Amino acid sequence: MSGFVVDSTVSSGNSSVAIPTDISGQILDLDEDDDLEVFSKDTTVTDGSSFNASMQTSPASMINQYKFEEDAEDTKDIFVTVDNPESHVTAIETYITYRVVTKTTRSEFDSSEFEVRRRYQDFLWLKGRLEEAHPTLIVHPLPEKFVVKGMVERFNEDFIETRRRALHRFLNKIAEHPIFSSSEDFKIFLTAASGELTSYKKQGPGFLSRMGETVKAVAAAVRGVRNRPQEFTEMQEYVEAFSQKISSLDKVTQRIVREQKEYLEELKECGPTYALWSQSEEELAEPLKDVAGCVDRCCKETEEQVKNLNDNLIPVLHEYALCTETLKAVLRRRDNIQADFEAKTEALATKKADRDTESKVLSLAWDSLVGRSPEEVKQQKQQTLKGEIKEMRDDLDKAEDRLEWANNALKSDWTRWQKDMRTDLRSAFVDTAERNVNYYEKCLAVWESFLHSQRTDAEGNGNVDFS
Amino acid sequence: GQFLGGLGFVMVEKGTSLLKMMEISVAEAEKRTGKNAVNMQETYTVYLIETRPVDAASEGTNPVPDSLWRRYSEFELLRNYLLVTYPFSVVPPLPEKRAEFVWHKLSADNMDPDFVERRRVGLENFLLRVASHPDLSSDKIFYSFLTEENGWKETVFETGFQAKADSRLKALNATFRVKNPDKRFAEMKHYGDELQSVISQLLRVRARAADRLYGVYKVHGNYGRVFSEWSAIEKEMGDGLQSAGHHMDAYAASVDDILEEEEHYADQLKEYLFYADALRAVCRKHELTQYELEMAAQDLTSKKQQREELATGTIRTFSLKGMTSKLFGQETPEQREAKLKMLETQIEEGEELVKERNAECEEFVKSAWVDIERFKEQKDHDLREALISYAIMQISMCKKGIQVWNNAKECFSKM
Repeated sequence: MSGFVVDSTVSSGNSSVAIPTDISGQILDLDEDDDLEVFSKDTTVTDGSSFNASMQTSPASMINQYKFEEDAEDTKDIFVTVDNPESHVTAIETYITYRVVTKTTRSEFDSSEFEVRRRYQDFLWLKGRLEEAHPTLIVHPLPEKFVVKGMVERFNEDFIETRRRALHRFLNKIAEHPIFSSSEDFKIFLTAASGELTSYKKQGPGFLSRMGETVKAVAAAVRGVRNRPQEFTEMQEYVEAFSQKISSLDKVTQRIVREQKEYLEELKECGPTYALWSQSEEELAEPLKDVAGCVDRCCKETEEQVKNLNDNLIPVLHEYALCTETLKAVLRRRDNIQADFEAKTEALATKKADRDTESKVLSLAWDSLVGRSPEEVKQQKQQTLKGEIKEMRDDLDKAEDRLEWANNALKSDWTRWQKDMRTDLRSAFVDTAERNVNYYEKCLAVWESFLHSQRTDAEGNGNVDFS
Repeated sequence: GQFLGGLGFVMVEKGTSLLKMMEISVAEAEKRTGKNAVNMQETYTVYLIETRPVDAASEGTNPVPDSLWRRYSEFELLRNYLLVTYPFSVVPPLPEKRAEFVWHKLSADNMDPDFVERRRVGLENFLLRVASHPDLSSDKIFYSFLTEENGWKETVFETGFQAKADSRLKALNATFRVKNPDKRFAEMKHYGDELQSVISQLLRVRARAADRLYGVYKVHGNYGRVFSEWSAIEKEMGDGLQSAGHHMDAYAASVDDILEEEEHYADQLKEYLFYADALRAVCRKHELTQYELEMAAQDLTSKKQQREELATGTIRTFSLKGMTSKLFGQETPEQREAKLKMLETQIEEGEELVKERNAECEEFVKSAWVDIERFKEQKDHDLREALISYAIMQISMCKKGIQVWNNAKECFSKM
């Protein structure tokens, strides 16, 4: 598929740059090895997550294949975890690797358990490969290279932990995706030893063919799409609006965390002040010490709550903010594919028009000079044109297939993405609300126990009731 | 006991007559404009003091209460009078003149309605405290403050308390060293210092924390706005988001009541911050009486010594007269006789003075210590109540939080 991939999360100077793969003539040839692999095995569609290329010949039937089952969860047959970050020091650089553990019952895997170590670059590479292969499918975002504000040290513990969780989520999203999870690149990523991966990464289309595709893609992008279907325009408008909302939520949540931290700073001074006071008192010493204890305990709970927001809600919001960039890129790529198709359609029409006018014109002068008969020349010209037209027609057919494939893939993945988004955000907010309830319940218990101790004291002293 | 305008119970002593006879309240506050002492226009607030005989209410009839208007400066005058007239009493403090320990929402402006309202409550509290004090409640000036609108100021000035005030206050401000202060009073003074310091710190910290808490709650209001906007572009998620947004708005709004309640707690602390001052004033007055006693005793001792020297002819104490007579010749026996006689008189007077001052001192120590003990009990009781009410406030805040977030959780789960 041709298509100019614009992806801000991908670095340059790396084999993981998203480069359009030249698959001219073989629309099904998305992952060559994958095809062979699947073709040679006796694969049956179980949960729709394995992509059986041998059963397809047209995009339409492929789309039927794509409709994944609702109960994919119950039949989950691959489990991936990312943990155990470790620091590696070499002469040139220091970097972190993460342990990636895979447990699976899928037949295309040689074994049922794998353990490898991967670094951030490797994840970037995988993402790039998936985007290359499926320009209009939606790949879950990776955590950013560097956190923009306030983080200087890449190897800060919190930063590494946040990144680890995001990488874990990334791989799980890939594993849950009906198309991506059967990608050969994904399989290699999960199973290959470090050396194997490095050499595998070096394969891929040559530099010149990449350049050729890039030039074509730029041309298509400049030209722009003429007749975008309404649904994709609506999609684009939604993405625009959603992007604003999710980024607002991200900002609001970060602001809440900031305010909570400042509140915590002040609250931390309250307990000690009550404790100090208790030292000057006799009768009041006990209750003052108790209040100091209560305030200190509430401080701890508040600290916990802030940590929860940071560790749970903010990363999810942030990821979906990054998602919107992916969505915009996917829509752009789809537009380019359509633009390419439109360009080819125009070119063919022009060529046909040429042919028609050509059959009426007789250019005698030159031809008699070179000693050919008008009939011969006409024949020759017609023959050439016919050949050119056939080529262009073939090209156009492929472009049309590519477009139909891209559109259908996007439509299905869009539905899947929306469902996922809804699930993820819903559970993130439900989770947050629950944690807030827990926070207040814990603080409530703290103060109620203080009241209780005061009541029992009072009853002991025969004092007044305070209900 | 008598309920103190929302601030808790006041312990009513057996000897108190006034509260048994009448109900007292500061019912309203109003703005007035008028010309002040230098004939300039000014705006000030007046407070309505209502009094009603206790019997009337219990008989079932509900006659209109007697009432009069007083401004803050008149309360101050009353208090100064009490301070001077009852030096051994821990005189209840007035609410603060200017708003201090504010956090951002509260205005530091004396005309701000919230400030005025809290001051009204504080003034009522002051009157009730005085009315339940064993010594202060039976004071006639206090009674007329509550009942006679016109001419009260003149009556106060007629007591001549200001003359006493001037000399006493001057003495209080002067530094003097007491040789044998009562240890208990020295400790009490130290306690007063500590109490003032720690409550100030607590009020400061609390105000800052309140400010921050306000911020936390209010930012959640933004969730409400964004959820609402977001729900407009979603189909299935729309309803859940919209209703969750409303709960976020409710959460943000709830902080206003929470912090208003906490202001009452702060006011309770402030009362004892100012009480610390009153306590220290009593201790200082003890030092003053002790000092005056010591001065008188010292003077007597020196006079006695002079008599002895004169009688025996030995000069142990230096006196200019003695020196000059040494230099310029002895005095005549008649002169010596005259001097002795004068000294005898002075010594007699001095002994009387010492006796007086001693009695004064003892009297003061006795009375003051009784009131200090009473104050201690009151303070322990009131502050414990305050801590309990603080805990109750926190519990209420937690319960509100639980409710809001449970509601929000339900809405989110429908997203």
